[in-house]
Amino acid sequence: MTITTEADVTATVTRPRPAAGGAAAASRHRRGPARWIVLALLTLAALATLFPFAMAAINAIKTVDDYTAHGPLALPHSFDLSAITTFWQEVDYTNKLLNSILISGSVAVLGTAISVLNAYAIGIGRIRARRSVLLLLLLATTIPQEALIYPLYYMAKAVDLYDTRLVVIIISAVMSSAFGTYLLASVLTAFPPEILEAARIDGAGRWQVLRHVVIPVIRPTLAVLMTFFFIWTWNDFFLPLVMLVANDNQTASVALGSLQGQYTSSPTSLAAASLMGILPAVAFFLIFQRTLTRGAVAGAVK
Amino acid sequence: MTVFTAAGTRARSGPPLSRAARKGYLRYLAPGALGFVIVVLVPFVMNIAISFTDWSGIGAPSFAGLDNYRRLVGDEMFWSAFANSIWFIVAMAIVPTALGLVLAAGLFDYLEPRFGQRVSSALRAGFYLPQVLPVAVAGIVWGWILTPYGALNTVLQKLGVTDPPNWLGDTAWAMPSVMLVLIWIQLGYGLVIFMAGMARIDPQFHEAAELDGASWLTRFRHITIPQMQPEIFVVLLTTTIAALKVFGPVFVLTKGGPGNATNVPSYYSYSNFFGTLQVGYGAAIATALTVVVIALTAAFIKIQSRAEGA
Repeated sequence: MTITTEADVTATVTRPRPAAGGAAAASRHRRGPARWIVLALLTLAALATLFPFAMAAINAIKTVDDYTAHGPLALPHSFDLSAITTFWQEVDYTNKLLNSILISGSVAVLGTAISVLNAYAIGIGRIRARRSVLLLLLLATTIPQEALIYPLYYMAKAVDLYDTRLVVIIISAVMSSAFGTYLLASVLTAFPPEILEAARIDGAGRWQVLRHVVIPVIRPTLAVLMTFFFIWTWNDFFLPLVMLVANDNQTASVALGSLQGQYTSSPTSLAAASLMGILPAVAFFLIFQRTLTRGAVAGAVK
Repeated sequence: MTVFTAAGTRARSGPPLSRAARKGYLRYLAPGALGFVIVVLVPFVMNIAISFTDWSGIGAPSFAGLDNYRRLVGDEMFWSAFANSIWFIVAMAIVPTALGLVLAAGLFDYLEPRFGQRVSSALRAGFYLPQVLPVAVAGIVWGWILTPYGALNTVLQKLGVTDPPNWLGDTAWAMPSVMLVLIWIQLGYGLVIFMAGMARIDPQFHEAAELDGASWLTRFRHITIPQMQPEIFVVLLTTTIAALKVFGPVFVLTKGGPGNATNVPSYYSYSNFFGTLQVGYGAAIATALTVVVIALTAAFIKIQSRAEGA
């Protein structure tokens, strides 16, 4: 999970290579047919990667008869949303989406808040043992969830928080904040000391410095961090699988993950379910990229 | 990536804070520290303690000493789960890294100068898209394609294959099928990091080599790969760890089956916790997995810092 988003930051933050030498560079690259072959091959490979998405999309809107008659590869001869509506009602997908939004949104806010406070003490407060704290957090991110899950499950039951969205929010927020603290601590360690000094001379206390000086400056980074946390939590499977059993509390991810194996009778309904899982993810992907670019641009202007 | 570079905290200029001033910042650590203790530290210690007991999750656990670990050593299921992890490392770390490097170089060094950044970015987005899917969704998309009467077999039958395999339900085919899905998911991660890294390489290297008549392949081998060492390292490390911890795809696609064909340690410990209610044994498996993951991380970082020192 961490994986996805780090990749994107790197991708967006790094400036593209400037077009080297313009016309000179263009003439350097021979304009033979080879380049078209490479383009065709790579395009084909990219299309192959997208193929499962297309399969879900074209089969989700077919009638079962159409599917049986023309097979999964054919473009739809019919247009029918009943597979989607059936899935939506049976799974009560509105409720699952709302749960996912509530949980992911809360984790984004809470996780970022914890990260900021931690990073403020480490990066600007320069507390002693800050290196050990960071090392501990690094270790925490490598621990497999399985090594924590049973005690968490047991503790949640003991305090009557099992099967509540709150417990998922708390656990996810703390776990995300390990990464967030790491990222923000390095940002705040490089925070311009003159600005802090000026604020202190003006009589600002620690809290005021954080609230009115530090947070406004790192706002773009915080937006990026919140986006990460939102999407990680949205995609998370293991923790909500263990913690949320009641239908009313489940997230979209878990609801979709438990569908596999059911529904085999109607070939189009699983395609519909797939499509409904794909759409929010693709939407985030598009919004997400813009947020990150904006974050990077804002950081560059400062 | 940030994770491993951010640790080298830069020295800040300006007057150092006094001891008293530093102390005042400690309270900002309180919420995070409290959360860390409750959500990570206590459960971690508890899990290790549980691994020395015989417990079904109900009633009091009874102390069992090293019994669970003795059982672990002789448990064929456990070892085959770890052996399967190697296949997951191949599918999640090795193949995506190798393929990702070639594709990234093809997109960045070959297509981009000839067709522009728009083309390479669009293709990159195509390869990257599976990465943004929740693992559960990737699971049902592929589950639907690979079930016995699913999309793939319907097509195969139309093509005249009379008895296509049960891709996820056949002992021989389950692992290759799951590996294919994982490669599909993981490819975009390495690709995106490598393309970003390639932007870092000074274009003069490539220009000089091209003037000397070096082919694309030669430049790939002698410029791109050596220059990309840090990125290759990070991608291999993070994906290897992810492969050792893999749970979601196994749960959604095969539940470790058929038989034990795609079982992995994380799924094995999960099924001991919540399936067979052998909580002590599950905790021992999880602890063993943790030791392997941490040892591997330490080894990776040591190798890397030695390589940097050389």
